[in-house]
Amino acid sequence: MASKPRTLYEKIWDDHVVERREDGTCLVYIDRHLVHEVTSPQAFEALRLAGRKVRRPDLTLAVPDHNVPTTARRGPDGARLPVEDPQSAAQLAALERNAPDFGIRYIDAVAAEQGIVHVVGPEQGFSLPGSTIVCGDSHTAAHGGIGALAFGIGTSEVEHVLATQTLLLSPSKTMEVRVEGTLGPGVTPKDLILHIIGHIGTAGGTGHVIEYRGRVFEEMSVEGRLTVCNMSIEGGARAGIIAPDETTFAYLKGRPMAPAGEEWDRAVAYWRTLATDPDARFDKSVTIEASAIEPTVSWGTSPEDVVPIGGRVPDPDSFADAAKREAARRSLEYMGLEVGQAMTDIPVENVFIGSCTNSRIEDLREAAAVLDGKAKADGVKWAIVVPGSGLVKRQAEAEGLDHIFMSAGFEWREPGCSACLGMNPDKVPSGERCASTSNRNFVGRQGPGARTHLLSPAMAAAAAITGKLTDVRDL
Amino acid sequence: MEAVATIEGRAIPFGAKNVDTDVIIPARWLKTVTREGLGEGAFENLRKAPGNVFDAPEFADSPILIAGDNFGCGSSREHAAWAMLDLGIRAVIAPSFSDIFASNAFKNGILTVALPQEQVDRLLEVARTSPITIDLEEQRVTTPMQDRFSFDIDPFRKKCLTEGLDEVGLTLARDEAIQEYEERRRRHAPWLAMGVRENA
Ligand code: SF4
Repeated sequence: MASKPRTLYEKIWDDHVVERREDGTCLVYIDRHLVHEVTSPQAFEALRLAGRKVRRPDLTLAVPDHNVPTTARRGPDGARLPVEDPQSAAQLAALERNAPDFGIRYIDAVAAEQGIVHVVGPEQGFSLPGSTIVCGDSHTAAHGGIGALAFGIGTSEVEHVLATQTLLLSPSKTMEVRVEGTLGPGVTPKDLILHIIGHIGTAGGTGHVIEYRGRVFEEMSVEGRLTVCNMSIEGGARAGIIAPDETTFAYLKGRPMAPAGEEWDRAVAYWRTLATDPDARFDKSVTIEASAIEPTVSWGTSPEDVVPIGGRVPDPDSFADAAKREAARRSLEYMGLEVGQAMTDIPVENVFIGSCTNSRIEDLREAAAVLDGKAKADGVKWAIVVPGSGLVKRQAEAEGLDHIFMSAGFEWREPGCSACLGMNPDKVPSGERCASTSNRNFVGRQGPGARTHLLSPAMAAAAAITGKLTDVRDL
Repeated sequence: MEAVATIEGRAIPFGAKNVDTDVIIPARWLKTVTREGLGEGAFENLRKAPGNVFDAPEFADSPILIAGDNFGCGSSREHAAWAMLDLGIRAVIAPSFSDIFASNAFKNGILTVALPQEQVDRLLEVARTSPITIDLEEQRVTTPMQDRFSFDIDPFRKKCLTEGLDEVGLTLARDEAIQEYEERRRRHAPWLAMGVRENA
């Protein structure tokens, strides 16, 4: 009997249902759980209070990333330097204590493998195609880039997964974002996802899991796919996912925590069955032509507030929706921008290359290629590169990228979330602008009063050179 | 979790759309290791403005917040729910909610009520002068002006809220089913089921 054609998401979902309730909600098994210091202390505390254990510590991996300072972690004598901020230090210490207490594998802040959870998971082969992956962080969607169903959860859910290795969930609706054609020169996966969010809006994917389909994604590297899926949450979607293929398998093969030998062959055979069936239907479908996409930058305080770099700051009155008009007005005020101003006339004082969206080796190569032999403009006061993990950092150093960055006037930092969010010492000063490769331009996200312009690593490098938002294709 | 039945009182007529979790609780408040005391940071940046609705005397201790579309978008931080709870909010009414926020709210006994925009607009108007009642059992929002708006709620969530059930405890009681699943997994997808090992 031929079964009903299913999407990639539906196949993964079906394979993880432990129990289906009458009302349609399902107890869903979680294969991989990433834990960091910010959203876990209250969950561990609750377990302790209730006298509960972690059901499957062997499916859980803890890494500190949000709070860790990105400056040197050891002194010249090799001794560990203390974390200055007492609250950050307390959160980091809590994870360092909780992980061994509950038998969870912990990657220490000074280990070479440490990094941002969403960089570490795929890099270690902890995140696998067809698996369910959760983490108390909304950008968990990133792992969809290797063909996993991955999504962010809150602390109570972290507690639930720790205790039961399951979650109670309702199935999501399915949405297809199809991009055909090829991206033009200078147009990167980051530009693509910014464009997509601008197109569907920040609530465009609410209640849905997005599957990115079409030639552009088939030809994209795994790192590019991670960047795209990472920002699915900015389009309101619970998760984003791309079918695992030969590119994915080649990326994962030989990673420390990936299956090996005979198990690897079995896994690959299974992964090949996951792609969406030809006749499967999506609840919603959007098609975008790749050749229409240009290097894209944000102008406002929502990730949907984007324009091509050749564009201008929009007039709030040009929006059909009254609430959007009001929001745009407030955004422009916060961002200190004038209606009609050319995006390429906007000066930036800070440049941040990092975050789980754009801190992998390909991102650093892309930025370094633009910066090679050049220097940052005088108007750029602070420019930092924060590799996504210690292994990315080591690789970049082996390729000499650190020298390119430092000669260009960038600081070369230790891995962590850094200036993606104002939780550690890396903050953008109030009222100043930052050309940032991160994922959120919310009010105060990079520090109180900070003004964020989201863009790709290549575009961030271009902005550093000229001191203003710049079309990288013009350099 | 405290059981919820009827939530009644003045409602903060906030109304803003796309309120993200950075607005509900700025990142600097996330450095805590407990759930308590976050009310002070709730809507901190908005509350810096003189005359903001949150600090208006008539809305002190309001158990209800009325907001616009896509409330709670952004990060997964449950601190948003803890901060609102600490502020005394037990229910939010809006045309739509971000998935993660709705789930976090529920897990902390905060009721999220999704109503069509026109009804939310009407409640925003009523809230300026009068209290609002949310009856969870009847799934209805009412006002002294005889407005009656019905809302949907997932039956499981309703049961948990009305009975104040501990979800982790409920799932732990299903241990047998989880074990069975793990057995099946071991046969069909051993590379996932056996736990993470490191290759030599
Ligand atoms: S880099 Fe930013 S978005 Fe990514 S996990 Fe860290 S804080 Fe979250």
